Amino acid sequence: MTTERILIQSGRIIDPASGRDTVGDLLIEEGVIREIGPRLSVKGHFLKIGAAGKLVVPGLIDLHSHLREPGFEYKETVATATAAAAAGGFTTICAMPNTDPINDNQSVTEFILEKAKSEGKVHVLPVGAITKGSKGEELAEIGELVAAGCVALSDDGRPVMNSELMRRAMEYAKIFDVPVIDHCEDLNLSAGGVMFEGEVSTAMGLKGIPAASETVMVARDIALAELTGARVHLAHISCGGSVHLIREAKRRGIAVTAETCPHYFTLTADRVRGFDANAKMKPPLATRRDLEEIRAGLADGTIDAIATDHAPHAAQEKECEIDRAPFGIVGLETALSLSLMLVEEGLLTLPGLLQKMTENPARIIGRKIGRLGIGDTADVTVIDPAAEWMVDAGHFKSKSKNSPFIGWKMKGRIAGVAVAGVWTPAEGGR
Amino acid sequence: MGLKRKDVLALAEMEKEEIELILQTAESFKEVSTREIKKVPTLRGKTVVNLFFEASTRTRTSFELAAKRLSADVINISTSSSSVVKGETLLDTARNIEAMQSDIIILRHSSSGAPYILARALRSAVINAGDGAHEHPSQGLLDLFTIKEKKGGIAGLKVVIVGDVLHSRVAHSDIHGLKKLGADVHLAGPPTMIPLGIEQWGVKVHYRLEEAIAGADVIILLRLQLERQGKGYFPTLREYARLYGLDGKRVARANDGVLVMHPGPINRGVEVTSEVADGLSSVILEQVTNGVAVRMALLYLLSGEKP
Repeated sequence: MTTERILIQSGRIIDPASGRDTVGDLLIEEGVIREIGPRLSVKGHFLKIGAAGKLVVPGLIDLHSHLREPGFEYKETVATATAAAAAGGFTTICAMPNTDPINDNQSVTEFILEKAKSEGKVHVLPVGAITKGSKGEELAEIGELVAAGCVALSDDGRPVMNSELMRRAMEYAKIFDVPVIDHCEDLNLSAGGVMFEGEVSTAMGLKGIPAASETVMVARDIALAELTGARVHLAHISCGGSVHLIREAKRRGIAVTAETCPHYFTLTADRVRGFDANAKMKPPLATRRDLEEIRAGLADGTIDAIATDHAPHAAQEKECEIDRAPFGIVGLETALSLSLMLVEEGLLTLPGLLQKMTENPARIIGRKIGRLGIGDTADVTVIDPAAEWMVDAGHFKSKSKNSPFIGWKMKGRIAGVAVAGVWTPAEGGR
Repeated sequence: MGLKRKDVLALAEMEKEEIELILQTAESFKEVSTREIKKVPTLRGKTVVNLFFEASTRTRTSFELAAKRLSADVINISTSSSSVVKGETLLDTARNIEAMQSDIIILRHSSSGAPYILARALRSAVINAGDGAHEHPSQGLLDLFTIKEKKGGIAGLKVVIVGDVLHSRVAHSDIHGLKKLGADVHLAGPPTMIPLGIEQWGVKVHYRLEEAIAGADVIILLRLQLERQGKGYFPTLREYARLYGLDGKRVARANDGVLVMHPGPINRGVEVTSEVADGLSSVILEQVTNGVAVRMALLYLLSGEKP
């Protein structure tokens, strides 16, 4: 299963960062990419991976995962989340800080990194809390968090409602040149809400969350980004109004980036009909029109990245009354196939899509990863783009199975990943 | 003869013919309640469970009487005596009840969609006795029954539903039932209590009660939950009553013979003045009487028994 010398042969090598899109071989030695060429000849023992007809791409990066450890090990652990990541083609995942305890100090960051080192199948980059306990009251010790290994700051799961405090967080983050990631939700507008507010929430008698709950915070964060000059990244953008605001902000040269998630360009609020808590997440699934706007934002570059917002929850938590069920769905193992549908439909080119899952997330967190340069750490994903598979919860590596895509027929399967030069083939089942 | 479904959860998902069958069946059952011995043996040996996770007197009593008049065995479980306080999930509670061989479970729950969890998992028939702000199909059916009985039919009538449509499961069931049977449905209430997108159901929305009432054949008042005061939906009960309270002067704008309905319990002086609630147009108590007949029809049709 592991080897130090790997030769991936005859694949279509796509590296958005360098613009490479050629058929050839990729040689990995001592954990780094040693050589790329049309036909490499090697001497000695190599693990040879036949990649004819397959895609050889930089390991995917997820800016937004919930690993649930420490504190919620019954939902997911670093071991199971990273196994799910590898199965989904991700070689690096960013761990959101809303664990218990919250990752607002060095010891939690170190614990996560230790766990990742000893049990992780892929790289884990922790995201530190903006405020102590993510309570939105006072700044966490951001210097300590960054020194311990945090690559970004977020109170994800919650917004920083206090705009003055958010302004200070953005200013302070500039010392360390880390992005501030906001979960855009006006807690007053969304209070008690279960799903997107509209005809479907009316028909189901469920309290709605208006699109404005997201857009007012997107507008605020853009204004604060302009004020502070900080790097601001907007998480899980879900509605058309936000796309318009971000497009305009970028046009004006404000340093704001944005991500969306596969469910926001694949599903609408209609998926909640029948009261399925596996279609309940925050922000909620919106309208067909929002979905089209998200797609347009991906196509024109307004939205920089596709993240999963992988949010595992145990079966008993999701099987209860929908208004009592927690928000969130698992996403690591379905994200790539759902995203490839955008290529199939002609919305994005293959390199254009991969850029949003490799180069762009790397740029947002300021890391030299997500690319296939000679001498770079050998994080490589091999994809069989034509292979079809059925989403089966029983095959998930994630400890939780809360996916609205169970039973879906997917196209595009992971053949395997190299993580720092260690090859893990995908299992036959999927 | 019966319904072609295991459960009755929402009028939104029922066919017109099914609704008509229930109303027809209720007509014959209404007579039972007028007999000296108000009982028929139709559901003898069947077990009906009233599972109420929310306070209710009217609906629970009505279902209980309906089941008893059909000779079923009835068990009442309410929140105070349920296992919820012990941390048991809704589904586990229901599975335990079914393990005691229940035939029909009647569920009242504060969460929209709760009856769907039971309906999917249990072989017992499930009747939704009100779930959150979603639906209250038996109330919708008894409203239809009352209108049909008084007016001879429903198609073409102008029906105005007044008040807190946003939080009202009764309004939702009424709208779906009335639309399916061909009524012209109007809503009147403050925009804060009219849910987004409801025009897509083919109803006309008014913010002024006077405007909505003109030419109405039926006025259905919704109960205003008093705790909504001060939450931004409306400033005070006083102002609500001034804008949306039904008084004699307003009733006069409706057609002759207008019916005034209310699912109860009434807040006198808020949704309606006593003069109107107790007046000739009011059929509020007849709604309650008809509730038993309609629920007998539902229980009978879901039991699969022959008359």
